[in-house]
Order: sequence, then C-alpha cells, then structure tokens
Amino acid sequence: MNVRALTLILLAGPAGAQGFAGLGTQAEGFAIPAPGYAFDFPADHGAHPAYRIEWWYLTANLTGPDGTPYGLQWTLFRSALAPEDGSGWDTPQLWMGHAAVTTPEAHFVTERLARGGIGQAGVVADPFAAWIDDWQLAGPDFDQLEMTASGPDFAYDMALSAEGPLVFHGDAGYSVKSAEGQASYYYSQPFYAVDGVLSLPQGDIPVTGRAWLDREWSSQPLSGDQTGWDWFSLTLEGAKLMGFRLRQADGSAYTYATWIDPDGAATAYSDGAFIAEPLARDGARDIPTTWRVTLPDRGVDVTVQALNPEAWMAVSIPYWEGPVTVSGSHDGTGYLEMTGYEGTSP
Amino acid sequence: MLLDLRDVSKSYPSADGPIPVLSGIALSMAAGETLALTGESGSGKSTLLHLVGGLDSADGGVIEVEGRDIARAADRDRAALRRGTVGVVFQQFNLIPSLDVAANIAFQARLAARHDPDLCAALATRLGLAAQLGKYPEQLSGGQQQRVAIARTLAARPRLVLADEPTGNLDEASADTVLDAMLELVAESGAGLLMVTHSERLAARMGRRLHLAQGRLA
Amino acid sequence: MTRAGLAALLSHWRRSPLQLFTLVAGLALATALWSGVQAINAEARASYDAAAATLGEAQFAQITRADGGPIARDTYVALRRAGWLVSPVIEGRLEGVRLIGVEPLTAPGGIGPVALDAGDDLPGFLGEGILFGRAEVLAALSGTGLRGIEAPDVAPGIALTDIGVAERLLGPGISRLIVAPAQPRDRPDLAQVAPGLVLQPPQAGSDIGRLTDSFHLNLTAFGLLSFAVGIFIVHGAIGLAVEQRRPMVRTLRALGMPLARIVTLMAAELLALALVAGALGVALGYGIAAALLPDVAATLRGLYGAEVAGTLQLRPAWWLSGLGIALAGTALAGGRALAQVARMPLLASARPRAWAMQSRRGLVMQAALAGVLLGLAGLVAALGSGLVAGFVLLGALLLGGALLLPVVLSALLATAEARARRPVAGWFWADTRQQLPGLSLALMALLLAMAANVGVSTMVGSFRLTFVGFLDQVLASELYLTAEDDAQAEALTDWLEPRVDAILPIRNVERDVAGLPAEVFGNRPHATYRDNWRFLQSAPGAWEAVDAGAGVVINEQLSRRAGLAVGDAVVLEGAAFEVLGVYGDYGNPIGQVILTEAAFERLFPGVEALRFGLRLPPDAVPALEAALRDDFGLGEGRMIDQAGIKAISMQVFERTFAVTAALNVLTLAVAGFAMLMSLLTLAAMRLPQLAPVWALGLTRADLGRAELLRALLLAALTAVLALPLGLALAWVLLAVVNVEAFGWRLPMALFPGDYARLGLFACLAALIAALWPARRLARTPPAELLKVFTNER
Repeated sequence: MNVRALTLILLAGPAGAQGFAGLGTQAEGFAIPAPGYAFDFPADHGAHPAYRIEWWYLTANLTGPDGTPYGLQWTLFRSALAPEDGSGWDTPQLWMGHAAVTTPEAHFVTERLARGGIGQAGVVADPFAAWIDDWQLAGPDFDQLEMTASGPDFAYDMALSAEGPLVFHGDAGYSVKSAEGQASYYYSQPFYAVDGVLSLPQGDIPVTGRAWLDREWSSQPLSGDQTGWDWFSLTLEGAKLMGFRLRQADGSAYTYATWIDPDGAATAYSDGAFIAEPLARDGARDIPTTWRVTLPDRGVDVTVQALNPEAWMAVSIPYWEGPVTVSGSHDGTGYLEMTGYEGTSP
Repeated sequence: MLLDLRDVSKSYPSADGPIPVLSGIALSMAAGETLALTGESGSGKSTLLHLVGGLDSADGGVIEVEGRDIARAADRDRAALRRGTVGVVFQQFNLIPSLDVAANIAFQARLAARHDPDLCAALATRLGLAAQLGKYPEQLSGGQQQRVAIARTLAARPRLVLADEPTGNLDEASADTVLDAMLELVAESGAGLLMVTHSERLAARMGRRLHLAQGRLA
Repeated sequence: MTRAGLAALLSHWRRSPLQLFTLVAGLALATALWSGVQAINAEARASYDAAAATLGEAQFAQITRADGGPIARDTYVALRRAGWLVSPVIEGRLEGVRLIGVEPLTAPGGIGPVALDAGDDLPGFLGEGILFGRAEVLAALSGTGLRGIEAPDVAPGIALTDIGVAERLLGPGISRLIVAPAQPRDRPDLAQVAPGLVLQPPQAGSDIGRLTDSFHLNLTAFGLLSFAVGIFIVHGAIGLAVEQRRPMVRTLRALGMPLARIVTLMAAELLALALVAGALGVALGYGIAAALLPDVAATLRGLYGAEVAGTLQLRPAWWLSGLGIALAGTALAGGRALAQVARMPLLASARPRAWAMQSRRGLVMQAALAGVLLGLAGLVAALGSGLVAGFVLLGALLLGGALLLPVVLSALLATAEARARRPVAGWFWADTRQQLPGLSLALMALLLAMAANVGVSTMVGSFRLTFVGFLDQVLASELYLTAEDDAQAEALTDWLEPRVDAILPIRNVERDVAGLPAEVFGNRPHATYRDNWRFLQSAPGAWEAVDAGAGVVINEQLSRRAGLAVGDAVVLEGAAFEVLGVYGDYGNPIGQVILTEAAFERLFPGVEALRFGLRLPPDAVPALEAALRDDFGLGEGRMIDQAGIKAISMQVFERTFAVTAALNVLTLAVAGFAMLMSLLTLAAMRLPQLAPVWALGLTRADLGRAELLRALLLAALTAVLALPLGLALAWVLLAVVNVEAFGWRLPMALFPGDYARLGLFACLAALIAALWPARRLARTPPAELLKVFTNER
C-alpha cells in the first residue's frame, strides 16, 4: 500500500465508510451538532477535537493588473480518528491542507498531510493561526489575516481584511444536510478584501479581489445515501448567495441556500427553494462545469460557468473546485465545488 | 599329440533351458596336420573352434592342447594359451582398430615374447602388405584385413592355427589368395591348422576333413 | 506419413533407453543447476528490492545528523514549517528485528509496501500499533503484544510500524528524514533551519546491491558453468542419437518422406524432450535452491548485512527462464546435428559413421578455434574494462580451455604411445587416444567443473585470507563502545582513563571527497595504527607523518575511483592534504580518508566521538564489559568485543564455504555423470575394438582394469590441465570482476592442498563413473565377444 491509498482510508474512516469521503459514516463517540448552539468567539474559530471533521475553507476571486481573472483556494481540514486531542505522535487528530491557484489556462494544486500533537499542523483561536507545514492563515484576529501557501510550481502571499460581519447559515449556524437530520455548525466570513502576490511559473502577479471563508464542523454531516454535493458561493452585484445541492444515491437532491444582503443580513432557504441544474459537461473528466442556478424568491436565474473547466483537485480525495463567472439575471463571480463525481465514493 | 578332444560337450543357456550345441566330440590332431571342419550353419563348428582356442569353456569332456587340458581352465590360463600356443583367424574384425598394420602384425608376437622383426617384415612382404604397414585397419579392404590377421597369427609362431571361415567375407579370387598364403606359411612353420569352413572347395585343399552335424562328428 | 515417420524415429529411443535417459537427465541436471542458482539470486534480489523500497534509501534523498545522532522531533517540525517536505523515520533493533517506524501521512509514495486492506483498521496502525512484516519477524516481536499483520511485501528481517509505536518501543529521537522528490519553491537552506543536519542524495543502486553484486556474479558464473557442463552431455547425447539414426533417415527418405518433414519431426521430438527435461530440471533446481538458500541468506546477512528471506517463493519469471534455458541449450546442442541430417545426401553411406572417430583435421580446427578464443581472452584482459568485459573474458577463457583439452590430451597420449615399450602399454595408449573423441565432451565437462572449483575456491579462500588480515587491522582494539550521547561519552572516557591502556576515539563525518561520497575519520595518534595497518602503497613513515598532521591516508576504493596515489593531494574543507598511504579496505563500498585527530577537530569542529576503541589486555575484556554494563547500563550492541566480531565473521565464511562446497560437489557430480553416460554409451561400441585384444590373449578382467585405468588417467590429466585454467579463472574473478564490482583488488593466494583434494575428487568421480562399465566389461560372456568375429552380429 502506498501512502496515497493510506490517506484515502484514513480520511474515509473506519470500515464500511459511507457517502463521499466517508462523511456519511456513523459518528460513534463524537459530539453531535445540536440546534440552538451559542457560538463563542474567538474560541469557536479554533479547533473542536470532539467533533470528527472540521474545516477552514477559503476561496478567492482575484484580478490581475491586466484584468485577468484568477481563483485561489486555501483549505485546512481536520479529521479525527477518535474524539480526543492526544499528544505527540499518538494523536488521533489528522490534518490535511489543500492549496490551489486557477488561471483561465492552468490549475495548480498541492496537498499537505500532517498529524496533530507535534506542532506540524493545527489551529489556535487567539491570536488566530491556522497552519500546516509552511502554509499559514494567521493574524491578530479573524478580521485581519495573512495567508501563505506554496507548492512545487506555485506560491502565494495574501493579506485579507474583513469588510463585513460573520454570516451564520441555516438556523443560526445549525445547518441541516439531509431530510434525516444530519447537520453541521456552519458560518462564513464572505466579506474579505484581498490583495497580494501570486507566484506562478511565468512570474509574480500582483492581484486584488474578494475572498470567502467557510467554517464548518460536524461528526456526520451527510446521510449514508448522499453521494456528493455541488456547492456554490456567488457574489452578485453586492449581495451574496451560498447554495448547495446534496445528491442522493436514488438521483434526487437535497438543497439549501443562504441569501446574504450587502450588510450581512442572512436569509435561509430550505430544501427545494434553491435549484441548480447542470447545463453542460465539460473538461477531461466530463464534469458539469456550466449550471443554471435559480432562487425564484430573490429573482435569481443565472448561468454559472467555470473560468477553467480543468480545475480538478488531483489530491488524495479528488474533487473539482474552481472560480466561476455568473451571468443572467445577475452578473458576478464566485466559486463552485463539486464532489463525488469520480471514483471516490466507496 | 598336438590336440586331443575326448567326449567334449557344450550347451548354451536359453529361456527354455540349456540348448545342447556339442556332445560327445572326440578328435585328435598331430603337429603339421591340416584339418577342415565342415557342417551346416548352427551345427556347432565355430563353437568347437572357440573351445579349442580357449575362447570359451566346455561343459564336459577333455580338451588337451599339447597335453594340457583347457576344457574348464580359468580365464587367466586360457588367456595364456591364446597368447602363446594357439593363433586364431576370424571371419572378420580380427584387428585392433587403434593400432596400425605393423603394430597389429607384431602385437601377438610381442605378447608371446617371440617378436622377431625380420619375420614380421618377411610375412608382410609375402602377404603383399609391405605398402600398408603404416595404415590403420579401417583404411584397408576386407582381403587386406584378413591377410594382416594371418600375418599377425603366424608372426607369433603358434603351435596350432585356428581359422573360422577366414575367407567367408571375400570373393572367390581373394579367398584363394588368402588360403594359398595361409597353407604355405603353416606348412613352413610346422604348426597344425584347424579350419572351419562350409566351402567344399576349400575343405578339399586340407589334409583331412571332419563333418559336424547337430553337434556330433560324423 | 507423419505418424509412421514419427513412430520410426521414436523407435530408436525404445531400443536405446540409456541414450534417452542420458539426454533427459543431462538436460535436467544442467537446467537444475542453472535455475537453482538463478532462484537463489532472484530471491536475494527481491529481498534487496523490498528492503530498498521499505527503507526508501534507493529512491529518496535522506537527511541525517552529521554526527549520526538522533534528530529531535522539534527539528523535524521546524523543517516542515520551513517548507521542507521531509518524513521522519525512527528505526532500531528489537529482538533481532529491524523495526522501522514510518509517518504514513508525510512519507513519499512508494515507501513501506504494506498490503493493508482498504477495510483495515487505520486508527489501529496510527494509535495502538500494528506491525507489518513476514511471519518470522512477527513471531520474534510477539513479546511486544502488538497486533501483527503478515505482509510478504515487507523485506525480510524488517517490521514496519507507525512512528509513534516505534518511538514507544525504541525511545525518542528520529533516525533519519526522507526527503520527498517534489519540494515547494523558495525553501530556506537546510543549514539555516537545522544546523548539524546533512542531506544525502538518493543512492542510485543500493549499497547492498553493489556490495552483493560480486557474490551473485560468482553464483551466476557457477550456474553458467554447470549449465555448460550439462550442455556438453546433451550435445553428446543428441549427436549420437542423430548419428545412429542416419540409416533410418536414409531409409525414410528412400521410402518417399520429404527431408524437411523428417527434420521437422526430429526438431519437434527434441523440443518435446527439452520441455520434459526442462520441467524436471526446474523442479530439481527449486529443490537445490530451497536447500541452499538458508546458507546463502546467512552468508549475505553476515557478510553484507543484507536481509534475504530464508524461504523460496515460486516466481513465474524464474521458472519460465529455466524452461527457456533448457530449450536454448537443446537448440544449441541439436542445431548442428540436425543441420548435418539436412545436408546429408540421399545416397550417402547408411553405415553410421564412426562418430567417435575424429579426423586429424578436426583436431587442428578445434585447436585453431581454441587459440582464437584464448587470444580474445588475452586481448580483453589487456584492453577491456567493465563487468561485461569480465564476463566475455570468463567465457572466452573457459570455452577456449575446454576446446583445447582434447588437442592437448591427444598430443600427450601420442607421446606416451611412441615411448611405450610393452605391447599392452602401446595398445593402451593407442586405444585411449582412440577413445578420446568419444569421451572428450565428458572430459571438457569435467575440465570446466574442475576449473570452476579451483577458481571459486581460490577466490573464496583468497577473500577469506585477506578479510581475516583486514579484520586484524581494523579491529585492532580489544573492545568497542558506543555512547548514547556526548555527556555519556565524556563520563565514559573519564571512567575508563585509569582502567585501560588506551582510549581511541572514533570520529567521522561523511563528505564528498574528490567528488565522491566518502567518510573522513579523525584518528588519535597511537601505536595501534602503526603496528596493525598495512599499506598497499605508502610513503616512508606514513603514520608518523599523518600523526604530525602532514597528510592523510586513504582507502583503495578512493584511490582507484578518484585516481589518487601517494604524493597526490586530497582537498578537505578547502584545505589540501598529501596522500601518504593507500590501505586495503574490504569492509565497505565507499571511500575513506583518515587524518590525525587535531587536524580533524580543526576541519570539523563540534563533531564529538561517540564511538571508542579500547586497548587493554584481552583477558581483562570480560571484567571491563561487566563493569560497564553495571555502572553505565551499556547494553547489547553498545559494546562489541573484538573476539566476538571475529568469531561472527569467521562463521560467515564457513557458511559461505558451505554454499560453495555444495555447488562444487554438485558440479563435479554432473561432470561425473557425464563421464558415466559417455562410458556407458561407448561401451556398446567398444566390443569390436576390445574383442581382438581379448582373443589375442588378454583376460576380460585385464580389459576391465584397463578401462578403469583409462578413465582414471584421463580424469587425472584433465584435472592437472584444469589447474591453470582454474587459476586463470580465479585471477579474472579477483583482479577484474572484483575491482569492477567493489573497487578493490584482492591479492590472490594459492591453496595447493585444496587443489590436490579436488583432483582426488575428480579422479574418484571418474573412477566411480568407470566402475560400472568396467565391471560390465569384465563380466561380458565370451559368447558376446565372439559374436564380433562372426556374422551373427
């Protein structure tokens, strides 16, 4: 067995893992999200080892000096084999980082794995710092962050500054993921302004733009028969829309959306209000990279198109993640994430 | 008496029990005498010759060569007889293939410690082999090979010359040449000659003849 | 028509079962020895590959501490956080097993080929602990109470586990860091992040592979020789079978069967025989390999530290190659005979040519070919270089020698014949010479077997002599200690100072010298070195000059590879040192430089000695060991007494000898078998040659004795002639192949006693082979002999 296979098993969890990346697996011994949770900041920006999985997920739509659009991703996942901290090599807390830069022509991806307990990766809440190896997302507080990552063929160094409040999804941050009640704690900071430098093979490129950070933790966020999801974060002329569609094994889907006003006021839309239909499959892997997205309640009827259909994340658990452009009833940019499309569902 | 056989018998083993080849053979020969032994194929004439030559042992009876009984002698004694007293000329394959003609002619005489180079040379000349001395047996014709065998036998000056169809493989003209030479040389040396043949023509040239039928002398 | 033809051709074997047996047995034996040796080599190589994969040394660069000590976990984390993609390994010995703890999350792909099932318990691997290894390793570690999973992919002698488990069992401290091949851009320098660590590039072709190459080369040479010996037998058997069937071929053709069909049928017949014999040989080879492998494994472990599984696996590539070589051998041996049949005119004499007769012209041709081959060998020896040249040299030498044998024997016998006085002696020599063509294949086989034996035993013996001398040199101190850390080292030296005659600290660093990886040692000036070290080449008073800091001594490997001789300069850390001496070093593959302690401290400040050699009276060693154990808790592996190491080394050689001896006996046995088969085959054709001699007054017993004597004489002559060939073979192995494989040249020693014993063995083998045919001859009924002279044949 090589390490890649090992990682798969590791993130898929114990025997009989279900759903995409084992996220539908039963969560024995781990804490379970419950409605009515009172978030406690800055502590909740940090890690929650009693829960099985957690992530700090940042995507950014950027523009270069010549107007070229770029996408950027910085993600840190935490996956626990047991609901405890542990120390030294024997910790059950495992970390995985993904970093990517997408240009209209190219897509750079790299991955890092580490175990907790020895200082190689982790998250502390105050002052905020999330890191794995030399990658870092850190600052004096959650609103002012420095972000770095590097791979064999790219690197970036960004400054983030929040220009709006945190946004809580679902029922005040309690986000239901299936009709059976699987749920997570889920909030975002969608209002970061970004500037910094992308280091690409062709040279350094100064960029500016907007970033969106998702925070989510849970122990069993998907139900056993959910095979993957399509997740959209769109910035539409000031307002923002987060919507996802969880695909069921029987072909049906569970959808949810949050409409975010420019001032940060959030409206939740439960199953069925948000509709996303694939329009065209594209790219080397035949993945739907053009979508029709509608939220009739807000008059949204847009076409979402990938900036680069080849934004495939060739990492331990592969998925598609890349910047998109929006046209139709609203114009804008955003990010699309699609999972469970290729060979990873057990 | 050169040779004296009394009540000699011999049989060969087979799957159905022993098959008698010779029985009640009585025969005597004096020095200088020539004797033809004739008979049908399988009548036992070659076997009789082999017994006399010490090449095989008899089952019963007495075979005295120069007064010594060799009927059931040990291997060693019969070998000594072959070396010193008798000389045998067979129908074919008489010669030692690894030795040349000169060495073949001298071989038996040297074994008997009676080697006389002059005699060897004379015999070779008499038998028309002077040009063949350096050749090997495989390079000779059948008649030449038989003449070498005769020269070899006579060079050792045996008391008794035994010949088993010595010209059986030769055409008539060659056969006559070989036999002429043999008779002439035996007469000169004063040895006895016992020759097995089925040819009336050759038998007629011998001093005496005996006929063997179904293992008994007629 | 095909069926009828086939039936006619096959009827030959029914009439000559001995020939059939010779053919099949010869081919099977040849295949068996070849494939047995190949099986051993394949098993060893698979073990090395598994080891290289498990350890990652071959594929990946490594980072270690310059002084060889453990790396702190914080240093590892600091490197990761600086962007260095490295993965930690903790390894050590436990219950005789090499325990390797890997960090699966950061280890580059391809490390630790552990067959974990997808459903397996990963939290178990990372947490409570799972051991992966072969059954015997798991059994050895059963005392740890850890769950073991049998994994045949893991190299023998190694257990693989999580780094956390390894730390619990072996104590903290990372042994080394594996460097991933792809690294992020813009990393800081290693020295800046973690001073005291050194980066070593991946070792293309693992050390073990290079070290053991020579051993395997020798085994392969042995296998090849055995195969050649066997092929001689097969060649003879096939040649005879084809020769004897010439009349039948003529008859078949006269009856209207096309020549092409006949040749095809005979080829198909040979193919079938080759497949049967090849299968038998592969099975037999498996048996040989299975019997020898434990000894080979012990040798490789002791000699090179290479772990080889003691049990054999059936590898398809191996048994297919065994069959392949059987087919190739048959094609080689049968091709010429079939070509002769194909060229035979329809009206040629139907009488079998006396195949055993060889014309003078044939001998001259053979002598000329042998001359060309030996000339080629000389040319390659003078001009060639590299392992391939070494093999060409070996091949040309052996084949040339074998071809020359009948020529030389024939000349010797002719001389003896000319000088013979007594008629029987003259006949004996002449007849022996006549037998020579029929026996020459078997004699060539014997020659090759003997030469291989002489060559290999000379090489192994020379190696042993040299190695023992070398051990005396490098293990001059009576006791060796390894301290855990600098503090313990200091405490140890203070404690030892009044108790021993001398303390010789061993300090070393690994550096590139003249562009080649090498170890640099700092020696404390002491009589030990002056008294025990022998130089291959040196300036007068070399050690005194080294002690005075005037220069360095280097090992033969460095001298040869870098072209450095006495008087040349070596540059270390920018400072030039004169080479004062070159010493033989038969213990490691890389270069070494030795300079005096003071100069070493100046060049490499901060490198402290953790290892020490202690000089004291040998009988005081056990007491000192006991005291060190009690006062310092120095355990197994931290104290090594000289006598112990030497005993182990000698044991290794005895095991090596066991393997070579077994192969020697097998090869000689094959040659003996060839002799027996040739004699039996000849026996049937011998009667017309022997009957006249018998009729003229030799007893059958005389003839039997002559046959025995002849076999003995030919074997003895062959053995004598094999001696120079074997010594030439040994020279090639020692002076050409070893230099290529190891970088050192072993001085060649001669072992006349061994050769004499070998010669006796060869004669004994010939005697045994000749005994049965001779006995049969002595007991041939006179009637059988008499048939030669009558028409009854």
